[in-house]
Amino acid sequence: MNERTARLRQESLDAIPSLSPERAELITAFYREHLGKHAIPVMRALAFKYICQHKTIWIGEGELIVGERGPRPKAVPTYPELTCHSAEDLRILDTRPKTRYQVDEAMIRVYEREIIPFWQGRSLRDQLFQTLPQAWHDAYEAGVFTEFMEQRAPGHTVLDDKIYRKGLRDFQADIACSKALLDVEKDPEAEDKRAQLEAMDIACEALILLAERHAAEAERLAAQTTNATRAAELRRIAEVCRRVPAQAPRDFHEALQYYWFCHQGVITELNGWDAFSPGHLDQHLWPFYQRGLKEGSLTREGARELLECFFVKFNNHTSPSKVGVTAAESGTYTDFANLNLAGLLPDGSDGSNELTDLLLDIIDEMHLLQPSSNVQVSRKTPDATLKHALKVIRNGYGFPSLFNADAVVEEQLRQGKSLEDARAGGCSGCVEVGAFGKEAYILTGYFNLSKMLELALHDGLDPRTGRQLGPHTGAPESFRNVDDLLQAFEAQTHHFLDIKIRGNQVIERLYATRMPAPFLSVLTDDCIRKGKDYNAGGARYNNTFIQAVGIGSLTDSLSAIQQLVFERGDLALPELVSALDVDFEGQEVLRQRLLNKTPKYGNDDAAADDLMVRVFRFLFHAIDGRPNTKGGAYRLEMLPTTCHVYFGQVCQASADGRKAGEPLSEGISPVQGADRSGPTAVLRSAGKMDHVKTGGTLLNMKFTPGLLEGEGGIDRLHHLVRTYFKMDGHHIQFNVVTAAKLREAQEKPESHRDLIVRVAGYSDYFCDLSLELQDEIIRRTEHDTFAQ
Amino acid sequence: MNTGLGSVPAGKGRIFNIQRYSLQDGPGLRTTVFLKGCPLDCAWCHNPESQSLARELITQENRCIACGSCFSLCGPGEDPSSRPEACVEICPTGARQLLGRDVDVDELMDEVLRDQPFFDESGGGVTLSGGEPLLQPVFVKDMLAALRRRSVHTALDTCGLGRLEDLLEAAALADLVLFDLKHMDDVKHREWTGAGNAAILANLESLGQVHGQIWIRVPVIPGVNDDVENLEATARFVAGIPGVRRLDLLPYHSTGAAKFRRIGRQYLLDHVQPPTAERMVGLADLFRAHGIPATIGGNL
Repeated sequence: MNERTARLRQESLDAIPSLSPERAELITAFYREHLGKHAIPVMRALAFKYICQHKTIWIGEGELIVGERGPRPKAVPTYPELTCHSAEDLRILDTRPKTRYQVDEAMIRVYEREIIPFWQGRSLRDQLFQTLPQAWHDAYEAGVFTEFMEQRAPGHTVLDDKIYRKGLRDFQADIACSKALLDVEKDPEAEDKRAQLEAMDIACEALILLAERHAAEAERLAAQTTNATRAAELRRIAEVCRRVPAQAPRDFHEALQYYWFCHQGVITELNGWDAFSPGHLDQHLWPFYQRGLKEGSLTREGARELLECFFVKFNNHTSPSKVGVTAAESGTYTDFANLNLAGLLPDGSDGSNELTDLLLDIIDEMHLLQPSSNVQVSRKTPDATLKHALKVIRNGYGFPSLFNADAVVEEQLRQGKSLEDARAGGCSGCVEVGAFGKEAYILTGYFNLSKMLELALHDGLDPRTGRQLGPHTGAPESFRNVDDLLQAFEAQTHHFLDIKIRGNQVIERLYATRMPAPFLSVLTDDCIRKGKDYNAGGARYNNTFIQAVGIGSLTDSLSAIQQLVFERGDLALPELVSALDVDFEGQEVLRQRLLNKTPKYGNDDAAADDLMVRVFRFLFHAIDGRPNTKGGAYRLEMLPTTCHVYFGQVCQASADGRKAGEPLSEGISPVQGADRSGPTAVLRSAGKMDHVKTGGTLLNMKFTPGLLEGEGGIDRLHHLVRTYFKMDGHHIQFNVVTAAKLREAQEKPESHRDLIVRVAGYSDYFCDLSLELQDEIIRRTEHDTFAQ
Repeated sequence: MNTGLGSVPAGKGRIFNIQRYSLQDGPGLRTTVFLKGCPLDCAWCHNPESQSLARELITQENRCIACGSCFSLCGPGEDPSSRPEACVEICPTGARQLLGRDVDVDELMDEVLRDQPFFDESGGGVTLSGGEPLLQPVFVKDMLAALRRRSVHTALDTCGLGRLEDLLEAAALADLVLFDLKHMDDVKHREWTGAGNAAILANLESLGQVHGQIWIRVPVIPGVNDDVENLEATARFVAGIPGVRRLDLLPYHSTGAAKFRRIGRQYLLDHVQPPTAERMVGLADLFRAHGIPATIGGNL
């Protein structure tokens, strides 16, 4: 970092997350005046344009890349048309001890006076809850599943290389062409498509307008400043903002600024999940970098400075705050913008270049929470590139994460994508796979596997509430073997997957009809060609993911029951269920036996792993290929974010010896502390899952720093990663920090504010995590071959 | 049910532990099989429980929750080791452990080959260690031969004390021999390991004529064998052995102490501090001055 970027970084770290009422006020004013006057897509586009016209423009001192979603860094707007915070919500956000958002009284008053009265009953969340059937509500409240779209729009997408070749004026020409081709006589949807295309055109205009306003502000500041160097920079910023996004970028600076305007547009239009991401940034910028260096218009230092300024912008963008159950589910400031490095080019050749290394250096030096980053490791990725990434990982920030680029391609081919589209795709959010710039790959919610077993053991009754939640699938005394139990588990799972998917059909249609995203549609193939919105199936590919949580806990519970009840006959199943019902009160000996003497997933032990494979196959067949409302299909994903903590809270004690309320296992990682046979055994166990059939799996491992010292440490980690990827493993990430250090941070958070750890597919400040999650991370087995 | 703790059934080997992701017992990522039983009794031994060929019932105190399950098995005054399997079986926490498991070659092959993909990627393989493998020569040779039939890289880690014939036959089946040298002085060797070094040195000389991949391993125990005189003597001796490819200096660490206490034995090295990193560098240079490629802890 140079002096400028070090200062910008520090300012970003020091900025306190707050909520800003500006967007809420603008959109409410617009809706109040225009409600019912336009077709809905056009209304959305005009609202977007209204915000771009009136929002505060912020250009920070010394910034080279400009644009803030809110009126200043980390001032987070709200989206009342989707989720309208109550005054109570705002007060909780302002006062809660972790991941707090500052909210001033004036905002609460504006909400009480203007925002809440207008949006109550009108927000998409209110409409959605009114429309969903009772069975959905019951399951949702019982913690069977969560729903991403109840307060954030479908986002989950990443940009490809199209903006580096075309300006928005070019996209407008494409839109005009699509409009001209509409055939009212033959196409009954022609008028609807016309409205969609009209909306996309307005959205382009809106973003160009936003850029023009930045140009004007930069010129104003340039005229004011007495600092000639800064004045020149500001004039350059103005020049860039007059060029992009209207026209294609000509150089490195314009390319970055163009992306950043697009990012602003996408996250201002709606509060889509997983922010947005430039995807293969090293590949996209490579031509600009090469040309700039060759022509002498860019230096390596200059490129680095611009990239560092660009990184700071991501870090300034704290995720939109949530309300209700999801506040506990996913308490984090990170908004999951995930850069992809290395990987493959669309022609199948190695995609790494000099910028890959430069970006790794920047990631290491800046170690900001955002943007998150990953390295797509293919067979063709040079060892030197992977080792460079491992050296950054060794420093213990939990990033970059590592993905198996060859498996990522294969997973997409299985879903029917073209080879080129699959190679140009990658991973976003935590571990989700998509075809960048061409796909809406929507995460719909986490699914609680442990709850399904709990219901199967109670004939469908939820032991936490005493309510008959699921279907009757047999009392525990009727199960003669593990097959009988699994049959009941499967029946419960089918029942709730049906409820989940039926609910989702409602939600998808609500978004398609009431909450189109015209700007995101401009950026996603083939929305313009089809005249269809991103939320309505306009994208070339449309997958909907259900994320199964707790496969480690489930497997260990099943294996314990298989061994103690059905094989050894130590106790009858009803007796075990009774022990679970009383949270092992007075039955510590039984709990210890369950914890210590039964086969556990993560030890390369077939007695446990075969059950994992069986459950996985079942889940795959139960979910994969079911149609969604957008012409695409449902897919299975194995990722928890932080939901394993929430799901653990709503589950009673389980047969793996876990006590009531404790977290479930995360991702496809073994139960915390259950893997006792070393890292290779964990990878062998995890490798038994057919990763290629998923849309992503997540495996976290913890290493002590001592084990990774020197070149030898890097070599060994390198061998582990390469071998896991040979076994088709999808993703792996490492926490390199000792349990002792984490405990110390727990006790003295004030001196460990900067400690970043891997949570589950993303990194976060350890001190910002809930106590449960902190404990859970400490318990994850620490691999150190010298500790026996 | 007293299965006896003593003799190893014919056709089987008695192992103490299988360590996957083993990093210091040869090249690459390895799986190390620790065989039970050792003719030496080194004061710094990391695995004192592995010294006896007999199976041993131990209690890991920190895992014991004093539930009393094991006492329910024994009559008054009865020794729990009279029914070791039942004792281990009934313990819910795994505090009661029976050290020593008898396996045949097929079973063991099945276990050690699980990490074969990691061996392939890293140039690793399987190491037979101990205890002392040469105490169970038939099983060790069978096992090495079985690994060789599957083209797995093999290493034999030996303290060097055993029948020369067994050593040469086993070594012929091993791609690499890790050979420990603890002290060049026969009296001191006897004092700290319980046996003299004459047979060990003679075995190394013979082995060095016929095997071309020998790594010498010298534990560096301050106050015991780290004096320059001894190490110079070690270096001179090793420099004359043609088959030696490198020498690993293994700095003392005190992990053995707790284990000695766990099995009720006195630990003689409580006062010993691990050698400093600078000291280790100095010692490595001493060997390098004799033309011997020396490492610290196996890191080149």
